Amino acid sequence: MSTATQTTETTDLAPVRTESLAELLVATERPPRPNALQTSLTFGWRAMLKIKHVPEQLFDVTAFPIMMVLMYTYLFGGALAGSPSEYIQYLLPGILVMSVTMITMYTGLAVNIDIEKGVFDRFRSLPIWRPSTMVGYLLGDAVRYTLASIVMLTVGLIMGFRPDGGFSGVVAGVVLLIIFCFAFSWVWTMVGLLMRTEKGVMSVSMMVLFPLTFLSDIFVRPETMPGWLQAFVNNNPITHVSSAVRELMAGSWPADSIAWTLGWAAVFVAVLGPVTMRLYNRK
Amino acid sequence: MGQTDMTSSDHWAGPAIETAGLVKTFGDNRAVDGVDLRIEAGTVYGLLGPNGAGKTTTVRMLATLLRPDGGEAHVFGHDVVREADRVRSRVSLTGQYASVDEDLTGTENLVLLARLTGHSKKASYNRAAQLLEAFGLSEAAGRQVKNYSGGMRRRIDIAASILNTPDLLFLDEPTTGLDPRSRNQVWEIIRAVVAQGTTVLLTTQYLDEADQLASRIAVIDKGKVIAEGTKGDLKASVGAGAVHVRLRDAHQRPEAERLLRQALDADVQLEPDPVALTARVGNGSSNGSGAAEKASRALAELAHAGITVDNFALGQPSLDEVFLALTGSTEHVHPKSQTQTQTKEATA
Repeated sequence: MSTATQTTETTDLAPVRTESLAELLVATERPPRPNALQTSLTFGWRAMLKIKHVPEQLFDVTAFPIMMVLMYTYLFGGALAGSPSEYIQYLLPGILVMSVTMITMYTGLAVNIDIEKGVFDRFRSLPIWRPSTMVGYLLGDAVRYTLASIVMLTVGLIMGFRPDGGFSGVVAGVVLLIIFCFAFSWVWTMVGLLMRTEKGVMSVSMMVLFPLTFLSDIFVRPETMPGWLQAFVNNNPITHVSSAVRELMAGSWPADSIAWTLGWAAVFVAVLGPVTMRLYNRK
Repeated sequence: MGQTDMTSSDHWAGPAIETAGLVKTFGDNRAVDGVDLRIEAGTVYGLLGPNGAGKTTTVRMLATLLRPDGGEAHVFGHDVVREADRVRSRVSLTGQYASVDEDLTGTENLVLLARLTGHSKKASYNRAAQLLEAFGLSEAAGRQVKNYSGGMRRRIDIAASILNTPDLLFLDEPTTGLDPRSRNQVWEIIRAVVAQGTTVLLTTQYLDEADQLASRIAVIDKGKVIAEGTKGDLKASVGAGAVHVRLRDAHQRPEAERLLRQALDADVQLEPDPVALTARVGNGSSNGSGAAEKASRALAELAHAGITVDNFALGQPSLDEVFLALTGSTEHVHPKSQTQTQTKEATA
C-alpha cells in the first residue's frame, strides 16, 4: 500500500463508535466450543472463499489437465497403441491420476504462503481442534480435484474415451482417486511447513512428483521395463492408484489395487498427519 | 481500571499474567533472557522497547504461539505450555502485521472467526455486521482486506480480536506505521475495550503511546526488563522532557540561550539550525507540570527581552532519552521514535 492512498482513505473513514463498541463488548455467554468437524468445515469454507476471490487459481485444475490429456494422447498414441483413440482407453484413467496427483502440490504452496502471514497466528491462538486448519485446506482441495477430474473426463469423452464401467465405474474411480489425493496431500502440508520459501516447496514437489508419476504404469505397462525398474514401478503407490482407477473405470473390481491404494492413504495420514501437526505447533 | 475485577468462568483471583525467568533463544541469540512480569487483571500493561528487544517474542510465548526455552509463564493461572488450550480460550492476539486473511472481505473474516468460536451462521453474520458498524467499516464490509488502508486493517484486526470479548488482549505494536489520526482512533478503541474489563498487554516503541494507555510499563531491552513501574516512576527516572525553541532571528540566539539557561535552570543545546535551541528540563514532578510552568515562565522572559519566538514545543522524553537515562546508550534505538515525538508536538 502506498502512503498516499493510505492517508486519503483514512481521512474518509467513518469514525469509530465507542458507545456501540462498548455495548458489543459487554460479555455475553460464549457459545459452546465447536467440534472438530465444524471447525474443519469452516476452514474448508475459507478455501472456497479463496477460490471465489482468486478464480485464476483454477487454471491449474482446468487448463493444465486439458493440456495433459491432449499432449500425451496425440504424442504417444500412434506409437504405443496404434492410434490416439485406442491409446486414450488405456491412458485417460492414468493421466487423470497423474494430473490430480500433480495438483496436490498446490496444497503445500498454499500452506507455505499462508504461514508467512499474520492470519496463521490468529488461527493458532484459537481454542480449536488443531488439525482443522490443515484439514480445511484439504477439503478445499478435494473440490479442486473433483473439478479437475470432471474437466479431464469431459475432454476424454469428447476425444473418444469410452469406459466399460459406465457412469458408476467412473465415479468409483474418481472417488478413490480423491481419497488417495486427500491423504497424499499431507506430504505437501508437511513440505509447506518445512520449507522456507515457495520456491523451495516447488522444487521439492517436482523432485518427488516427476519420478513418482512417470515411473508408474500410467503411460505404458511395466512388462517391457528392466527388472529393477519393474520392482520400483510395481511398488509405487501411484501405480496402485492408477491400476485401481483404470480397472474401476473399465468395469471390473480390482480388490488388490483398491486395498493397496487405501492402505497407502491410511499410511500417509497416520504418519504424515502427526508430523505435520508437530511442525504446525512448533512453527 | 485499577481494580481486580474478574468475572470469568473459572474465578481466578490472581494476576492475569505472571512469568518467572522466561527465556527464548533463537540460535545464539537470547531473544528473551529471563523476563519476570506480573500483570494485574483489568489493567493495561505496556511493554516498551526498541525493535528486536524481545517484546514480540515475549507476547508470542504468552499467546501460546511459541514454546519458551526456559522459565514459566501463567495466564489466568494456566501454564502456557501444559494448559495451552485453556489459555487460548481466554486470550486474543493482534499481531504486528494484520492477523486477518487478506484475500477475504471484512465480513468474511469476522464470520470465519465467529464460526470458529462456535457461533451459529446467523449469529456470526449478525456479530460481524455489528462489529463492522461499530468500527466504522460498514462501507468496506464487502471489500477484500488487501484493499484496505493501514488504519482500516488495524480496525478489522482489532475487531477480529475482540469478537468474543477476550479476558486478555495482546496488542503487538498496534499503531506502528499509522498516521497520527488513525493512531488516535486505535487508542480510542483500546480504551473502550479496557473499559469493559479486558486486560491488555500492549507492546510499543513509542513512549507517548505507553503513556496514553498503560498504567504500568516495563522497559525491555536485549531480552531483559531494565525498568518497571508506573508511568510516574518511569518518567521521574528520565526527566520530563525537552523544550524546543525556534527564533525568528539567528542573531538573538546567544541572548536567548542565556535567558533560557537562567529561567529553566537547565543545559541549553544549540541546534545545527542557527535559529533553534533545545533545553533539557530536569527532574521536575513526574507528570511534567513543573516543566510546563518553568517553560512558560522562560517564554515570558524571552518576550520581555524582545526576542521573537517563531515556534515552541514542550516534548515528552523520547524513547531515545528513556534509554539514555536507563542504559546510557541509544545506539540500538530505532530512529523512528524520534520522529514520533516530533509528530506529537506538531499536533499538540
